[in-house]
Amino acid sequence: MKELNEGFESYDLVMHEDEMFLCEELTEDEEKLLDELGIHGASRRKFLGQVGAAGFGMLAMQVLAQQDTLAAEGLVDLTKSEPVSIENAVNVNMRINGVRKSLKVDSRMTLLDALRERLGLTGSKKGCDHGQCGACTVHVDGERHLSCLTLAATCEDKDIKTIEGIGDEKNLHPMQAAFVKYDAFQCGYCTPGQICSAVALLDEAKKGEVSYETENISAKTRPVQLSDDEIRERMSGNLCRCGAYPNILKAIKEVHTGKAVAQTWNFSERLDDIAENYEQEDANDETV
Amino acid sequence: MRPFKYDRAKKSNDATKMVASNKNAKFLAGGTNIVDLMKENVERPDALVDVNNLELKQIKSMGSNISIGALAKNKDTANHPLIKQNFPLLTQAILSGASAQIRNMATNGGNLNQRTRCVYFYDTATPCNKREPGTGCGAAEGLNRMHAIFGYSDKCVATHPSDMCIALAALDAVVHVEDEKGNKRKILFGAYHRLPGDTPEKDNNLKHGELITSIEIPKNKFANNSYYLKVRDRASYAFALVSVATGLEIKNGIIRKSRIAMGGVAHKPWRAMIAEKELIGKKPSQKLFERAAKMEMERAKPLEHNKYKVTLGERAIVRALKMASA
Repeated sequence: MKELNEGFESYDLVMHEDEMFLCEELTEDEEKLLDELGIHGASRRKFLGQVGAAGFGMLAMQVLAQQDTLAAEGLVDLTKSEPVSIENAVNVNMRINGVRKSLKVDSRMTLLDALRERLGLTGSKKGCDHGQCGACTVHVDGERHLSCLTLAATCEDKDIKTIEGIGDEKNLHPMQAAFVKYDAFQCGYCTPGQICSAVALLDEAKKGEVSYETENISAKTRPVQLSDDEIRERMSGNLCRCGAYPNILKAIKEVHTGKAVAQTWNFSERLDDIAENYEQEDANDETV
Repeated sequence: MRPFKYDRAKKSNDATKMVASNKNAKFLAGGTNIVDLMKENVERPDALVDVNNLELKQIKSMGSNISIGALAKNKDTANHPLIKQNFPLLTQAILSGASAQIRNMATNGGNLNQRTRCVYFYDTATPCNKREPGTGCGAAEGLNRMHAIFGYSDKCVATHPSDMCIALAALDAVVHVEDEKGNKRKILFGAYHRLPGDTPEKDNNLKHGELITSIEIPKNKFANNSYYLKVRDRASYAFALVSVATGLEIKNGIIRKSRIAMGGVAHKPWRAMIAEKELIGKKPSQKLFERAAKMEMERAKPLEHNKYKVTLGERAIVRALKMASA
């Protein structure tokens, strides 16, 4: 803390009233927290200035939000900011979006947390953190996995692709472009997971992998075209609280078929289908 | 999550030794259930032995039977040509469970050992004899809409969560296991999982440190007449309220052999043996199926909130048999 006070004036010639608290001693925990964030020297002062208004009591609460911002601003290289001491440390080497990364992680750290908190790849989202929502979907060795239920320690030699590796603003993946075209999101929180999942879905369909909706699973022919219900079933691991499902379906359908999907606002269509199915089944019942 | 030591095993013998030598150690395969349970503080191992690198991933013919490796992924098992052609029932059951992401991660051995999704088991603020023996059962008198109607005890009314296992029960599978001394044994599928009795903390008959190496399925003639029906609260990605796995061997219009197993109704995959027996030597018909289903479900003892499962189970058996015999 002594160091921090020395030359403080040089950082900001006029010290604002709400920054006065900076002169108070930092506790050991607060020091450690700043170290863990990899914030030293001038950056530390700048960081403290930024959170100044909220006060140190709020610091811990702000850490998560700040980390993203800092990472985005390039203030912190999270890969170099290994926590001071790691319990049950495991060394992991993995390829992330084509780049080799070596990390020392706590055995408890999930792949999702490693991506977000250690590598600054905040595209993959933490929705439920219990494998129920799909927001954390990434590709591991080419297959869609849930990064929240994957321990980072188990990723030795794995090839991991996140939404950042699927495409970027200048080179959108066709699936990303289709999501934009069809307005396949509202808040966008589930979107990285939806897109990672949808990209893998296309690949699975190409390989002829079957689903619970596949009519004849023993057939040796590969399904050329997925029905709407097939796509719905295959995407059921990705929830969208905004309910953008109809547009997500259209986006995936366009990329899958290569044909534009007309906007239809006929909500009764599917209900008619269902009614028809029931009639069909009733007819079948009588014949058994 | 509590701190734990993490080790990667290179050989199955290393893995079994590591787990056997520490009563708080557990195997880690796909992790889709245990990692979640550790986050919830329900599972509290102090060591995890990662078995993902073991050579137990093969799916192959063994004489007239088919062997599926314990560490083959659920997705790869469901899509394997040997399984799709010989046991489409198993493919259907696996694909009805979880989501694509989870099936890509989850292994066959792990699927057998996944734990109940009873909400009282998950909620550490409530009593649960399975989680903390001796604390009581929150579900018996609580919210038991999802719970058992067959084979439960006053200690536990939880249901077995797997779909894959319901098909394996109908297919008379055999579980191959190995211990730390290299001793191997085979467990008939019906004897693998347990009813709760006085020890609901034990889901199955594995000894601590024993590792599933493979699951063997005897060849049968059900491929053309089998069906897995799953009834759940939503169309996909939900656990079964009731599920039915059926396999029929029909020759000259007569049912020669039948298998019916139910999910969502008991602490283990529930073989509907009364209904199975009723079908033998008869022509498939709506009336026969209804009679068989009724005979089976008459034995059910529903709890306060799951009486619907008796009617639902009866109709599900009839529907599954119709689909299988069509």
